[in-house]
Amino acid sequence: MEFVVDKAAKTVYITAEFSATCDLVWDAYTKPELLDQWWAPKPFASRTKVMDFKVGGRRFYAMVSPDGQERWVVQKYTSITPKTNFKLFNAFADEDENLELPGSDWDLNFSEQNGTTKVTTTIYNESLERLERMVEMGFKEGTAAQLDNLKDLLKSLKAGAA
Amino acid sequence: MDIRRDVFQAIADPTRRAIIALIALQAMTPNAIAEHFDTSRQAVSKHLRILTECELVTQEQKGREIYYSLEVEKMKEIDEWLEQYRQIWQARFDQLGEVLEIMKKKKSEE
Repeated sequence: MEFVVDKAAKTVYITAEFSATCDLVWDAYTKPELLDQWWAPKPFASRTKVMDFKVGGRRFYAMVSPDGQERWVVQKYTSITPKTNFKLFNAFADEDENLELPGSDWDLNFSEQNGTTKVTTTIYNESLERLERMVEMGFKEGTAAQLDNLKDLLKSLKAGAA
Repeated sequence: MDIRRDVFQAIADPTRRAIIALIALQAMTPNAIAEHFDTSRQAVSKHLRILTECELVTQEQKGREIYYSLEVEKMKEIDEWLEQYRQIWQARFDQLGEVLEIMKKKKSEE
């Protein structure tokens, strides 16, 4: 994964490659039952309440923390070119779908070469505040927990090898 | 929270970023800083006030002059936030990779 933050342009560029066809990757991004399987970094869970993948449609979902706290997000689809690109407007919301502005504009590009699919995500934030709130939501704990899991795993692997 | 939010607003402005770059090298008086910009002394003062409120710079009185210097630790904090955001995406994509493997298997079994 390549992760570049351009603070001046208030833009984040994220590029990742997956050894899967574009068809599969596109499905994983555009079907709620698949999205919910990977969108939230563990131990958080993604729970999609509404998803209508079409221009003018939206995904209304919650990031659910291990203790059951929900943080709602709305993603409005503004442009779709099947298996190539889609754009959305992303904003935090309350449980009644009232948006908390400002939000951010996302531009996702998909391209396949020799069975590998590259996804380029460009996120423009009207304010970098949003980015920081992502972290404030408690993902910090989440990632810390993940690192602990990894450390435990490495420890047990080492113990097994010794 | 408000202070943290402002930190990003602080660094989103090109003049403020230039001020940060200047005083990263050495503590400076508002007049010395203003000499580096075409904007008015008042405008520079306003930027310095915002940076101070964000705790990105500190001021120190030396004789009759006030010197502004950069809080390097605060700048590090910003990078740490960005690093956490990067980790969120890394975790997300690791999981997507796993989901895609399962999807591939299912497809080949069909």
